[in-house]
Amino acid sequence: MLREKHHQYIAAILKRYPVKRSAMLPLLNLAQREEGYVSEAAMKEIAAILDLTPSQVYETATFYTMLNLKPIGTFHIQVCKSLMCALVGADELIHWLEDHLGIKVGETTSDNLFTLSVVECLGSCATGPMMQVNDDYYERLDRQKVTQILDDLRRNGTSPLKSGPFMCPEPVPPSS
Amino acid sequence: MAQYEKILLRNMEQPGYRGSLHEYERTGGYQALRKVLRDLSPAQVIEAVKNSGLRGRGGAGFPTGIKWGFVPKDHPGPKYLCCNADESEPGTFKDRQLMERDPHQLLEGILIACYAIGAPVAYIYIRGEFRLGAKILERAIEEARGAGYIGPRILGTDVGIEVYVHQGAGAYICGEETALLESLEGKRGLPRFKPPFPATHGLYQKPTVVNNVETLCNVPHIVNRGAEWFASIGSPPKSTGTRIFCLSGHVKRPGNYEVPMGVTFRELIFELGGGMRSEKPLKGFIPGGASAPFLTPDHLDVKMDFESVAQAGSMLGSGGVTVMEEGTSMVWAALRLMEFFYHESCGKCTPCREGSSWILQILQRIWAGGGRPGDLELLEDLCKNIEGRTVCAFGDAEVSPVLSTLRYWRDEYEALIHQAEATRTTKGEIPVLTM
Repeated sequence: MLREKHHQYIAAILKRYPVKRSAMLPLLNLAQREEGYVSEAAMKEIAAILDLTPSQVYETATFYTMLNLKPIGTFHIQVCKSLMCALVGADELIHWLEDHLGIKVGETTSDNLFTLSVVECLGSCATGPMMQVNDDYYERLDRQKVTQILDDLRRNGTSPLKSGPFMCPEPVPPSS
Repeated sequence: MAQYEKILLRNMEQPGYRGSLHEYERTGGYQALRKVLRDLSPAQVIEAVKNSGLRGRGGAGFPTGIKWGFVPKDHPGPKYLCCNADESEPGTFKDRQLMERDPHQLLEGILIACYAIGAPVAYIYIRGEFRLGAKILERAIEEARGAGYIGPRILGTDVGIEVYVHQGAGAYICGEETALLESLEGKRGLPRFKPPFPATHGLYQKPTVVNNVETLCNVPHIVNRGAEWFASIGSPPKSTGTRIFCLSGHVKRPGNYEVPMGVTFRELIFELGGGMRSEKPLKGFIPGGASAPFLTPDHLDVKMDFESVAQAGSMLGSGGVTVMEEGTSMVWAALRLMEFFYHESCGKCTPCREGSSWILQILQRIWAGGGRPGDLELLEDLCKNIEGRTVCAFGDAEVSPVLSTLRYWRDEYEALIHQAEATRTTKGEIPVLTM
């Protein structure tokens, strides 16, 4: 399935490395992008592409925490709980999200829209508390902002409140 | 604080600067690459970087020019450059900014490094969560290729260099250079024994240099303005140049601050960072990412260079400075960091894999009101059986929050244990197996 749909991309990825197995993470990431998780079928297909056994792919996939080996909700909310974010309110955010979504950490809402996870440091320590939803970072969160983000996601699948190219502190305009 | 010049953040601090090729070129971008290709031999570039005193900005602080010099010159097969963009050390967020705001500065550094060590290919290993950074770098690579800076014949010379972005998938340990290489080879990110070192047996067992993002970003500036200029900045001779310090925690203005090495923690926290966020005074701080032992307000006048921080009993590490105010429980802080290390231990070495689990369980028990006499000695014993007994530096890192908080705030641990003792009902308690 990956090969049919992404023939050119896979060929281009394979050309980057002198050893095929190096394309493992790019292909696992591609598989997750495609289905929301890395399915057994995808791992078998990746094994075939890389001339490996399925267990070699599985062995590698289980090491990396970003790879979901089971289906999850449309939006994967990952809240950073490491010390730096915890100092500025990550735990409150996590509890609030649990209440607001009616699920515990690790669970998915019944409409299959949101999965809530807590994760370790996402490299956003000056702008916490923060969360990643699918590809996007959302930083300097408070209840109002998170409510807005969740509404946006429900309605449009994305939110304008996501972070752009990161800079902290922001450059000060010369006039001020 | 004395006046100083910013080097790496200079471009991006100009209002409106977005880091496109055109903007980068307008500020003198890619002149260093032109100069290198036109005027300098690879050996001369290595010599200049050696003379500049540049040391790695990822955490270990190894001299960059010396690392490059270890790569065999007459090796017949391919050599590789890997840019370590797996920024995952809690408290560190400088590489993210360097990549997302001024990607060409990094690319120029990578190209010069490739030329110096004779590598036709560079891989930027970026952590999987940095999707935006990866996209920005991919776009920048295409721009640079279009302008003739990347490709089989760079600027019409016979030097050919390709640069690829390689995304990780969530593993802190892949920031360790040999684990990064394993991961890049498509395997579990387990660190390798050293020696042999990557300089001779790296990616695919070929000569390889692994350099941090910030380290490489310095290279074009050294070429443009000279090794002597760079060596005069900071705390020469051992800590030259600037560092981007990542300030987080209970301060008014957290963020990335580029300063010459050798400013004090007091200057960073109280001048640049605006001081504490409330009236609560400073209680303690981590000076160089989660792996660095905690320091106290007594250390505020320590200079932020490699040697001074080491003398104070910690390390400058990745440059992540996390500030904690009075009222923060240091047992809790150590527990939070231990949760991180337990989660991220790769599992290769028994002392680290098992030890992190035991340390975490004891800390959790103490924090939950179940501390017992002897717990602190047990913690110290565990830590001492991890330190120095693992393949990579992760083992040393994971014990530092525990040992350093025990050193400076032992009374907080003792208070929790005494409290637990006073309220414990001895009846019905399950006996603990001791050896």
